[in-house]
Amino acid sequence: MVPLSHYLIVSAALFAIGVAGVLVRRNAIIIFLSIEIMLNAVNLTFVAFSRYLDSLNGQIIVFFVMTVAAAEAAVGLAIIVSVYRNRESVDVDRVNLLKG
Amino acid sequence: MPAVLFYILSAVMLAAALLVVLQTHPVYSVVFAIISFVSLAGLFLILGAEFIAAAQIIVYTGAIMVLFLFVIMLLNLRREDIEERGVSLMKTAGSIGTLVLLGLLGGVLAGKISLGPQGPFSQEVIRQAGNTQAVGRALFTDFLFPFEATSVLIFVALVGVVILAKKKL
Repeated sequence: MVPLSHYLIVSAALFAIGVAGVLVRRNAIIIFLSIEIMLNAVNLTFVAFSRYLDSLNGQIIVFFVMTVAAAEAAVGLAIIVSVYRNRESVDVDRVNLLKG
Repeated sequence: MPAVLFYILSAVMLAAALLVVLQTHPVYSVVFAIISFVSLAGLFLILGAEFIAAAQIIVYTGAIMVLFLFVIMLLNLRREDIEERGVSLMKTAGSIGTLVLLGLLGGVLAGKISLGPQGPFSQEVIRQAGNTQAVGRALFTDFLFPFEATSVLIFVALVGVVILAKKKL
């Protein structure tokens, strides 16, 4: 059986890729995809711990994370659509009215 | 055998996730995200979480990614929208920050992981009824209130999306 630490290292790498996507990319859609990747990395940790601790609570939490991710994606994409309608762009650097 | 499968699926998942970040065109990014999420569902299967694996494929690749594709199609992006202007300072800062984060996470993981107390759901106990039944039982007994609260969350998201995306109310 694969040791728990390998799962944790894989999910840490996945999380770091998601962070890189949010920091490096300027396209709002890809930033949202990167957030989904980060959520998935956390889900992997939850399920791995759930397996190695013989507890189902981790899997239940993952179920809730998935519903929240679905709601978040829907709302976020609606925001992107309305921003695009007003600004003709999905570049997050051009949505800077609140920037100090 | 599951050990080999674990390493193959992890490699595919990480490579696909990296390509999501590196692709310039959003549609390719979404396709690679689908590959990444399907491999993650495979990892869930290895971990014995069949219900979560099925939900991962149905919810993530079936619903969320299709939603992303629909929005990309709706936006009808021009080529100059897709090609990002070179913000080299941002990119270097982001890359350095990510490397630091990865180092920190690796440092934490290199230390000893102290596990909490073992729960009652060992693989033998789950195998008697099946993973889905065990998850369902927990969901509708111990986690009934959060489960019902989820429906409120989904409803709020539904109303919010309609209000945000509609041109005129």
